[in-house]
Amino acid sequence: MTALLAIEHLSIAFGGLQVVQDLSFTVPKGRATALIGPNGAGKTTVFNLVSGVYSPTGGRILLAGRDITALPSRQRIRHGIARSFQNVRLMDHLSVVENLLVGQHATTRGLRDLLVPFRLVPNHRWRREAIDALAEAGLAAYADAGVGGLPYGIRKRVDLVRATLSGASLLMLDEPAAGLNPTETNALRDHLALLRGRGVTLLVVEHDMQFVGEVCEHVVVLDFGQKLAEGTLAQVQRDERVRAAYLGQAA
Amino acid sequence: MTGYQSGLLVILCFNVIAAYAVYLPMAAGQLNLGVAGFMATGAYAAAYLTNEAGWSIGAAVPAGGACAGLLALLVAVPILRTQGIYLALATFALGQVIAAIFLNLDVVGGAAGYPVSAYAGPGAVFAATAAILAAMLLLSRTRFALYLTAIKSDPVVTDLMGVNVRAVQVGALTLGAVIGGLGGGLYGHHFSFVEAQHFNVALSIFTVLYVLLGGVQTVWGPLVGGAFFTLLPEVLRAGGGWRYVLFALLIIGVMALRPQGLVTAGAHWRPRRRAASRAPSRTSGHPGPETRLSTEVSGS
Repeated sequence: MTALLAIEHLSIAFGGLQVVQDLSFTVPKGRATALIGPNGAGKTTVFNLVSGVYSPTGGRILLAGRDITALPSRQRIRHGIARSFQNVRLMDHLSVVENLLVGQHATTRGLRDLLVPFRLVPNHRWRREAIDALAEAGLAAYADAGVGGLPYGIRKRVDLVRATLSGASLLMLDEPAAGLNPTETNALRDHLALLRGRGVTLLVVEHDMQFVGEVCEHVVVLDFGQKLAEGTLAQVQRDERVRAAYLGQAA
Repeated sequence: MTGYQSGLLVILCFNVIAAYAVYLPMAAGQLNLGVAGFMATGAYAAAYLTNEAGWSIGAAVPAGGACAGLLALLVAVPILRTQGIYLALATFALGQVIAAIFLNLDVVGGAAGYPVSAYAGPGAVFAATAAILAAMLLLSRTRFALYLTAIKSDPVVTDLMGVNVRAVQVGALTLGAVIGGLGGGLYGHHFSFVEAQHFNVALSIFTVLYVLLGGVQTVWGPLVGGAFFTLLPEVLRAGGGWRYVLFALLIIGVMALRPQGLVTAGAHWRPRRRAASRAPSRTSGHPGPETRLSTEVSGS
């Protein structure tokens, strides 16, 4: 199994606090990998390191064998890394479809695409693509709604659709099922299956173990910024250290 | 049209052009308090080109805009390292420095001012304003305009989407300066005189007020704000000496009632029955987004 993403000896410290320490794991291409661990284990920090929001104090990040550790954050999406956010970060001044148009940026090219007044053209290709992606997630009815007034579950899923529009090969989803009702969680699962069918690789931070079991074949457990265990969900659930650190407390 | 009316319309045009110069960076969340400096640059450069180099107005005014844009491009990189109130102060200082330089520059008349030999009539001012307005309307339908709003909402996420936030911010400030420079160039040629004292901090602050009052959410905001500020004092002339008191009270009232400005953007909300019926369980249980008007103008 080739690795799409490889984290090698990654470390970051904020002041004296070592948040991620000598962390290594790989995300196999075309598979869904879960990153789990108790609150404060460093899961979101790993996302911030991979997406370039933070620069590591040590270690390397490889995407399809290429070292992207020093790549500026804005260039990473063009190399195939897109993410959603734990605390849904949609642009509140824009409508749903406008948020998605921003999400398409990585697929556009040059100054011409930046300056063409495409929103004068009814049903322009870019808008159509955004609405098609919304429709796949069952959200087409919200295309022209302002995001500010939307229910949390819808906002959360629009955030995911926006990430998919960059055409990324690796989607990093930060607690995609948190705060969703059962119906919305089912729709999310269907949506992720659709994306998997297109060969998209997933890296998912999630606390809902049932969701992790259904969606992810591969699980990496973090605690205090270090890898505690790795394997299938069943394997890591049998691990005594994992039970003590995380699952034991949750049970 | 009487002389009074056309004179008033010309002032309105200059105010609206200046408002668009401020609007572009402000759409990305950047407060430019130095727009008068860019206008002065355009005014002096264009006047110099017609006076000394014998250029036509049609060439000199755009060249003045280009000079202002070039200046903005040069200062944008250091200035945009600052944010928020510090950016406002940096642009304020820049405007003061530019005005002070022209005030002491003897080649363009220094403190005595600089007479301009060529004259641009009201028709030319109207045509130029219409062209700038049309360009702004076109620009508002581009990704560039979309990214300005995205940056104002969340610069970190906009960056992660792959947008070069710094380049878009520099572009907005520069393009705004070009528009300010065009306005300045036209101003000098219409009034046949340029003096540094005109391009003072009050001009910059009033222009910011036009934009704030009109609203930064849509491209119409600066037009409405500029018109409000220019025309209302004239309408209130009947109030005699009290008209500026009335005007100030009206401004306070508008800002209190509509802090987002007179013109606000709203998303078009059209439920799609087909999609909704295909996935009823996903949308049921949610009240759905609130209906908002497409473009709402009120209070004026």
